[in-house]
Amino acid sequence: MNVATRTRRARPEPFSMRPGIAERLSLPYMDGGLAFAAAGLALASIFVLAQTTSHDVPGDPGYYSDRQTIYALLGIVGMYVLARVDYSRFRELRVGIYTFLCVSISLVFFFGFAARGSRRAFDLPFFSFQPSELGKLLLVLALAGFVIDGARRGSARQRTVRYLCLGLAPAALVFLQPDLGTALVFGAITLAVMYVGGVPWTHFAVIGATLVSLIALVLVIAPAANVPLLKSYQQERLTSFLDPSADPSDAGYQQNQAKTAIGAGETTGRGDRATQTRLDFVPERHTDFIFAVIGERYGFMGAALVLSLYALLIWRALRIVTLSKNSYGMLVAGGIAAMLLFQVFVNVGMNLGIMPITGIPLPLMSYGGSSVLATFLAVGVLQSVHMQARLSQKGRFAG
Amino acid sequence: MYLSNDDRGPGMNSSMALRIGIFGGFALVLFGILFFRLWFLQILNGEEYLADANSNRTREFRVTAPRGEILDREGNVIVANRTSLALQANPAKLPADEAEKRAELAALAKLTHTSLKQLRRTLHEELSKAPGLPVTLRQDVGNYLVYYLEENKGKFPGVDVERVFVRRYPHESLAAHIVGYTSEVTEEQLEEPEYKHLEPGDMLGVDGVEDTYDRYLRGAPGVTRIQVDAFGQPTPGGKLVSQKPVPGNNLQLTIDPDVQSAGEGALSSIGLRGAFITMDVHSGEIIGMGSFPTFDPDVFTHPMTQAEVDRLYRDEILAPLTNRAIAGLYPAGSTFKILTALAALENGEVTPDEVIEDPGSFTVGGQTFTNAGEAANGSVELVRALEVSSDVYFYILGFRMWEKGFLQRWAHNLGIGRDPGIDLPGAAKGLLPTQQWRNRLVAEGGAEGRRWSAGDNIQLATGQGDLQTNPLQMALAYATLGNGGTVVTPHVGMEIDDAYGRVIKEFAPPPQRKVRIDPGFRSEIMEGLHDAAQGGAGTSYDVFGDFPIEVAGKTGTAQRPPYEDQSWYAVLAPYPEPEIVTVVTFEEGGFGADTAAPAAKSILEAYFAKQLAADEDEEEEGSAEAEAAGLEGEEEVEAVEEAVE
Repeated sequence: MNVATRTRRARPEPFSMRPGIAERLSLPYMDGGLAFAAAGLALASIFVLAQTTSHDVPGDPGYYSDRQTIYALLGIVGMYVLARVDYSRFRELRVGIYTFLCVSISLVFFFGFAARGSRRAFDLPFFSFQPSELGKLLLVLALAGFVIDGARRGSARQRTVRYLCLGLAPAALVFLQPDLGTALVFGAITLAVMYVGGVPWTHFAVIGATLVSLIALVLVIAPAANVPLLKSYQQERLTSFLDPSADPSDAGYQQNQAKTAIGAGETTGRGDRATQTRLDFVPERHTDFIFAVIGERYGFMGAALVLSLYALLIWRALRIVTLSKNSYGMLVAGGIAAMLLFQVFVNVGMNLGIMPITGIPLPLMSYGGSSVLATFLAVGVLQSVHMQARLSQKGRFAG
Repeated sequence: MYLSNDDRGPGMNSSMALRIGIFGGFALVLFGILFFRLWFLQILNGEEYLADANSNRTREFRVTAPRGEILDREGNVIVANRTSLALQANPAKLPADEAEKRAELAALAKLTHTSLKQLRRTLHEELSKAPGLPVTLRQDVGNYLVYYLEENKGKFPGVDVERVFVRRYPHESLAAHIVGYTSEVTEEQLEEPEYKHLEPGDMLGVDGVEDTYDRYLRGAPGVTRIQVDAFGQPTPGGKLVSQKPVPGNNLQLTIDPDVQSAGEGALSSIGLRGAFITMDVHSGEIIGMGSFPTFDPDVFTHPMTQAEVDRLYRDEILAPLTNRAIAGLYPAGSTFKILTALAALENGEVTPDEVIEDPGSFTVGGQTFTNAGEAANGSVELVRALEVSSDVYFYILGFRMWEKGFLQRWAHNLGIGRDPGIDLPGAAKGLLPTQQWRNRLVAEGGAEGRRWSAGDNIQLATGQGDLQTNPLQMALAYATLGNGGTVVTPHVGMEIDDAYGRVIKEFAPPPQRKVRIDPGFRSEIMEGLHDAAQGGAGTSYDVFGDFPIEVAGKTGTAQRPPYEDQSWYAVLAPYPEPEIVTVVTFEEGGFGADTAAPAAKSILEAYFAKQLAADEDEEEEGSAEAEAAGLEGEEEVEAVEEAVE
C-alpha cells in the first residue's frame, strides 16, 4: 500500500501502464496459499490413486486417477471462474440458490440411482452427480444470505429458530436419502454460519444441550426402548469406534483395519508393501479411507504432509474470514472453513479410529467428481471473498 | 465497486474478532488432536500395528506330519498311515444365527448323504467332549466334495476339508494291545506343559507303544504360510514360507510276527478271556504278547458308534481294551511253585533230596489243605513234586517258612507284586501277600480281622489265596530261573529308524537286577519242570510228551472265586538252556493242562518252526524237508484245535 501512496497515480502499481498477464487474470488478488493447498491436495490425491488403484478396475489401470485428474482440472477452472465472480451476487440470489438446493436434493429421491442402499446421486452421461456435495456450498451461500438479510428482523430467538430451520431442512432431506455424513456436514455448516453471524452464546448453549440429549436419545435411550431411530448399520457405525474390538467382523472391523494400516506405516511408510490397503483389508480405500492408504504407504511423513496442507487450507480460509470486506463474506468464508474443517476432522478422525464411521469424504483427496468439484468451487468462493477484499482495499486507497 | 456501503454490515467489531479467534483456536485444537493421534499410531505404536498388519495378511496352515510306522522285528508293517479327507466344522466360525447355521448344516448333510439330525448330533456330541475344537463331521469324504466346497466357500463359513493322516492297520487287530492307538489331543492335555507344542487336532498316542514311544513316532508338523487378502483368498505369488513336515520315525518292535499270530490264534481259538506272553529270557525282548478279547484299533480312526463305545468301554467283563498280559490280576496257581521251591532250597528249608510224604492232604491248626482231586502222591522229593504237582509238598514248604518271609523275599526279587519295568503303559503291580501287608490291613480294620497265619503262606506256596499277578510277572520269574538269576527288563521297543531306514536308537535296556541262584538248585527245579512237561507222570505230558523240542513247563490251576478256576501254563524252552519263556493264562480255563498248555504249545511250535527251518537251511538240507516240517507244524496246530473242541 506504500506503493500506492508513493506513486500518487490514479492507478496503483499493479495496474501500471500496461497491465501484465497476471494482473489481467486477477492472480495477484487471489490467495496463493489457499490455491497452493487446494491444488497440492488434488495432486496428492491423483498421485495416491494412480499408485494404489491400478488393479482395481480390470483392464483400466488409470480408471480412478484419470477421472480424478479430470475432476480436479474442471474444479480448478470452476474455482478460477468463481474467484472472479463477486460472491455478493450470491447473497441476492439466496432464495434461488436455496430453492435449487432443496429441489436438487429432493430430485434424487425420484431420479437418483441407488448405491448401497442409499439414493444420493444422479447418473449423468459422464459422471454421476451428487447434489448434496454441491449442496454444502449452496447451503453456505444461501444461509449466509438469509442471516445477513434477516439481521434486523424479529427477535434474536426468532432469528435463531429461523436459521436452524433453514439449515436443518436440507440436512433432513439428505439424512433421508439416507446419507448421515452429509447431513451432519449440513448441520455443522448451519451452526458455523450462525456462530459467525453472531447468534448469542446462550442460544448455542441451548442448542448444545439439545444436541447432547438428542444424541443420547438416538443412540442410547431409543435402542434401549426398542424404538430404533437409526438403521442398525448406522447405529453400529456411530458407536463402534468407541469399542472397535467389540465386533471385529463388521463395523468395528473397518475401523480396526484402517487404524492398523496407518499404524503399520510407521515413520516412512511401507510403499508397495502396504498390505493392509493393497489386499482389501481396508475398505473404500479410494474414497472414505484414502487417508489410511496415505498413512500406510507414506507413513507419518506423508500423512503429516497431507494434514499440513489441510491446516494451511483452513488457516487461509479463516484468515479470509478476517479479511472479508463485508459480513456476508465473513459468513460465507466462515461457513466454508467450518465445512472443510468438519469434513477433514471427521474423516481423518474416522481413519485414525477416534471418530465414528459416517461416510464423509476427505475433501479433495477422496475420489469422486461431485466432492472434488464442489470443494474447488468452495475454494473459488473463498478466493472471491479474498479478491473482493483486496480490490476494495485497493479501491479505498485509490479513492 | 459492486457493493454499496449497506453491504458492509457490522464489520470486524471486537466480539466478532473473539468469535473468529475462538474458531481459529478450535481448529488448532482439532488439528492438534489429529497430529497427536497420528504420531501416537505411527511413531509410538507403529511396530505393534505393523505386526498386526503382517499377521493379518498371512494365514498359516499347519501341515500335519505322518506318524512313524510300527514294524515287527522282521520289518513287516503292523501300523502304517493313510491319508483321509476329513470334513471339519470350526464351531467358532459357523454362523451365529441359528437359522443360518441350520441351513448350512442341512446343505452339508445333503452333500455328505447324511441326515441333518445325524450331523447335528455329531456336532453336539463332539462339542460336549471338546468344546471349541474343530469337529470332524465326516471322515473319508470324496474329492468331489473338496472341489465343491472350494468353489462355494462363501456358502459354507466355518467348514473346511482337511487332509489328515489316519492310522492304517493292515493286520487289523494283530498286536492291538501292544501298539495301542492314537487319538486327537484333548483340550485338557493341551493345557499341560508336556503338550504345549501341540495344537488342536494333533494326534497323540493313547495306549501301547503309540503312547510310550509317542515322541519318536509323532514327527514335527510343517507350516505353509501364504499371503491372503481380506477375504481370506490367497493372493498371487503370495506363498511366503513353507516348512515341510518331518515325518515321525519308525518304531521296530521285538515282536515276531509268527509267534504273535500263533499266540493270538491260540487265544481266540480257545475263545476264553486270557493272555499270553513270550519273552526272550536273556534280553527281555518280548517276542509275542496278546490278550483276548481284542479290538481292531481302526475303530479309533473315525467317530465311534454307540455300539462300539459300549463294546470297548462299557463291558467290564470282556474289557477288550485291557491288556491282560500285563494288567491282569490273577492268582498264579501251581506255576508259582518254582518260587516256593527256590526260596526253600536257598534258605535251607528243604534239600533237593528230602523225601516228603504226600498223603493227599495236609492239616495244620485244624485247617486241612488238599491236593487237587485229593490224589495221594506218596513219597516225593523236589523233582517229583514238581512233576506231579504235589500240593502237599509245597504246603509243607510254605508252612516251614510261614513266619520267615523267605518266600515273599524270593518272589519279590523275581518280580512278583512289583512294577515289571516294561515299556508299555498300564502294567499292573499286582499283590504279593506278606505278613506285614496282612497285619497292617488288620490294624487298619480290614481283612476281616484275620492276622497273618500259616494258612496264608501255605496258600501262597501253591499260588493261591491273596496273590495277584499276571503273565508278565510270571514270565519274568521263569526267565530269571531260566537264565540263572538275571531279572531282565521286559520291552517291546527294539529300535527307532528314521524315514530312510537309518537306525536312530536301539533299545537294549540293562537287566533290572541280578539274583544269586545256586546253579544246582536251578537245575533241580528245571529238571522238575522238564519232567512235569515231558516226564511220564508230568501234569502236561499229554500236551508236551511228543513235542520235538525239550521244554520245562508247569501247569497252574488257580481258584479265583466267584469265577471258575484260572488256567495257567508257564514254559521255558528249550530245556535245559532256555531261550524263551512263554506264559499263557485263561480266565475260567479250568486245569492248566486243558487250555493254557495247548495254547502255549502252539506258540512254541510257531517259534521253533522258524528255528528248525533256519537250522535246516544252515545244514543245507533240501528245502522240501523244511516244507514238510512246516506242514507238520500246521497239522499239529490243527490237532491241538481239535483237542480243544
